[in-house]
Amino acid sequence: MIAQNVAFGILAAAMVVAALGVVRTNNVVHAALYLVVVLAGGAAQFILLGQEFVAWVQVLVYIGAVIVLFLFGIMLTRAPMHPDESLDNDLKWPAAVTALFLAGVLGSLLIDAFHRTKIDIRQPIRTAAVTNAVFRTYIIPFEVVGVLLLAALVGAVVLARKD
Amino acid sequence: MSESVLLALNIGWGTTLAIKTVVVLAFIPAAALILGYTFLLKMMSHMQSRLGPMDPGGFHGWFQLVGDGIKFMQKEDLMPAEADRRVFALAPAVIVISTFLVFVVIPAGPRIVVQPLDVGVFYALAVSSLSVIGVLMAGWASANKYALLGALRAAAQLIAYELPLVLAVVGVVVQAGTMNLQGIVLAQQGGHIFGWGGIGNPYILTQFVGFGLFMVASQAELTQPPFDMPVAESELVAGYMVEYTGFRFLFFFIGEFGTAFAFAALAATLFLGGWAIPGVHGTTADVLGPIVLFAKVMFVAFLMFWARFTYPRFREDQLQALAWKWLIPIALVNILATGVLKVWVK
Repeated sequence: MIAQNVAFGILAAAMVVAALGVVRTNNVVHAALYLVVVLAGGAAQFILLGQEFVAWVQVLVYIGAVIVLFLFGIMLTRAPMHPDESLDNDLKWPAAVTALFLAGVLGSLLIDAFHRTKIDIRQPIRTAAVTNAVFRTYIIPFEVVGVLLLAALVGAVVLARKD
Repeated sequence: MSESVLLALNIGWGTTLAIKTVVVLAFIPAAALILGYTFLLKMMSHMQSRLGPMDPGGFHGWFQLVGDGIKFMQKEDLMPAEADRRVFALAPAVIVISTFLVFVVIPAGPRIVVQPLDVGVFYALAVSSLSVIGVLMAGWASANKYALLGALRAAAQLIAYELPLVLAVVGVVVQAGTMNLQGIVLAQQGGHIFGWGGIGNPYILTQFVGFGLFMVASQAELTQPPFDMPVAESELVAGYMVEYTGFRFLFFFIGEFGTAFAFAALAATLFLGGWAIPGVHGTTADVLGPIVLFAKVMFVAFLMFWARFTYPRFREDQLQALAWKWLIPIALVNILATGVLKVWVK
């Protein structure tokens, strides 16, 4: 258990540093690349919890697709090589207060809800267990999400059409 | 690396991890050089009547690869003045690491696999998708419009062909009932063709549609002709790697051919039965497995490079239309048919 705690600490520290990099850099592309580190750290935390499948979904979807689309969009429109001063503003302190408040609320909520929960992570959780949960226990939310995404897709097509 | 052999030697997990890492790290350049030598230098020379690579060193131009290596080593390490130095230097490493991670799950024998992950083939496809980030980093950090155009084309292409690649594999996963590559090999070995189990059931017999889709999509993922718009030399010089020289360029070369080897190994494992040999089990299979897998990999790679050296380049709109209008619908129908047959036939 000690090894997991140490690994969690290292990963969490790296994620915090990278997340600060996302909001502090003046270069949009650098911000997107810092975000890759944050999301990879999230995937690594899932592996620490024994959730291999969720971790690699995180890598495939967020890093392999979402960030790629971010970078693609940035590079298709501007692709600035140099820092852009207009990305900075004077709202650092209000932003810091908001971030700390949010961290406090979410943290106390999670601690209150799960501080007695123990997860057995001596073996990684098998993919079959995850899929059984999705397609048996949570089949209705899963289908609802599917319909919602379809509606968003159709909406995007309607908005993008010229005629 | 065999888990039980290492346990028998009574060494800790740290040492095991180090040995496994070294084995994979050593394997990638070797794999890239084997494919580069056999297909790029020799097969291409034969097919396209190129005399140059057949000349150095006398017999069949065997010295060409060494000569190329020496040439790359002594080139100056150039970096454009406007380049984003850190991102520019990091980009080739991201591509090679993404290749490196794929090799972790490919089994070469009943006990010869670095780590038999339960998520197996899904993991392989997830980490291979990371190379797009490296391509975009390289293209942007070069501060060169040709490089940026190449990176954008590469990203558009890799996003489009990621889908048919993943969907082509789903048919195999449904039929085998597992994503673990070792499990997929064993399912093929223990399969039957109309009740006859002599050679098992290589999934190319039932998943031939998936095999075709996988080959086309992996060709596009490798940005090889006819899908080489991102590196089209007549339009973009060399696309996203135009500003890279010497050792950094060698990284891209190793990444490209190492990934070709990895995709060929995935195709051989998923569709051609992997390391399995009919009637051979246990330690004998551990010894013969890598040889059999290597032979199959070379066969699949031969098909890939045959297409590479034969066909002219697709136009960008043809390339996107092929992925979205043909490959993805065919893959979805294939999944549906496999699912229905799986439940129906049992």
